[in-house]
Amino acid sequence: METEAVKLWATMGAIAVGTIAPAIAIGMIGSKGADAIGRNPEAAPKIQTAMILAIAFAEAIAIYALVVALIIKFV
Amino acid sequence: MHEIFLSAEPLFFIGTYPFTNTLLLSLLAVGVIALAGFLLQKRYAEVPGAAQGVAEIAYEEFASLMDSVLGDRKKSEKYLPFVATIFIFILVSNWLGILPGVGSLGIEKKYLSSETVTGEHVSSEALAKEDHHFTPLLRAPASDLNFTLALAILTVVMVNVFGIAAIGAWKHISKFLNFSSPINFFVGILEFISEIARMISFAFRLFGNVFAGEVLLVVIAFLVPFAAPVPFFFLEIFVGFIQAFVFAMLALVFIAIATVEHGEEH
Repeated sequence: METEAVKLWATMGAIAVGTIAPAIAIGMIGSKGADAIGRNPEAAPKIQTAMILAIAFAEAIAIYALVVALIIKFV
Repeated sequence: MHEIFLSAEPLFFIGTYPFTNTLLLSLLAVGVIALAGFLLQKRYAEVPGAAQGVAEIAYEEFASLMDSVLGDRKKSEKYLPFVATIFIFILVSNWLGILPGVGSLGIEKKYLSSETVTGEHVSSEALAKEDHHFTPLLRAPASDLNFTLALAILTVVMVNVFGIAAIGAWKHISKFLNFSSPINFFVGILEFISEIARMISFAFRLFGNVFAGEVLLVVIAFLVPFAAPVPFFFLEIFVGFIQAFVFAMLALVFIAIATVEHGEEH
């Protein structure tokens, strides 16, 4: 296979596989967060802040995969 | 389709230093923030008007958000200038980067195939007989890895400086260099590595989000130029705000961890 074709496959593979785990992680964080708020609505602001922070960390992993895909495609 | 470059395109060179289009827009962002600050300060009134009212609400909200992380108002007021500046700077940069004209107004250069445009990544399609090359005049600052990396390094360095200022140099260094037991020594090394990893993660989180947003807007505008880009612009407004917020909140959380002695957490 020529380099151009391999590059395209690599781009697709990087972003496709790289977003599976962060998506599952964000879903689990959101679900546990919603559970916690349901149990203790008074602590909602604290739980919300911690949840948003954890989601940002998990999303960053997907962004790393995206950056690798973009570098493969455009550099 | 408009060609996408990972690195920012230089507009001109000062010696060997490339003055890029992202640098230009970040200077404009600084100008906007400085102007807003100056006007707010000049028109200060005991009974606040609309603009000052909004600024006071924003300050109060931000301070109570920091209270919930740091624990007490005095600490919030000490670190609020740094954290709020990071938030405002990244927010204004991101939002200025989606204005019409950014990325679309630029300089078109015609050149012969024997010449190459200095400092540009020239793709194979551009080496035609007589071709033209388009350089946008403005580009979202956070889509340049230099901008985000600079902010990330600054943030990590400042977190450590705040830590040293709050608990003293020896206690701060003993979080990383701990000879009390082999396991603690290893944990100290890991902490040091995680500081470096934080720099990388800060830089790439912001860069990835903004650059991917730019690529998304270019692709959507190419596919369906009428009406379809509107929800994506809403997405970009939202993402710009969230990324600024996340950067500032993470900096705040790391400051909160760094300014507390090792055994005193929780």
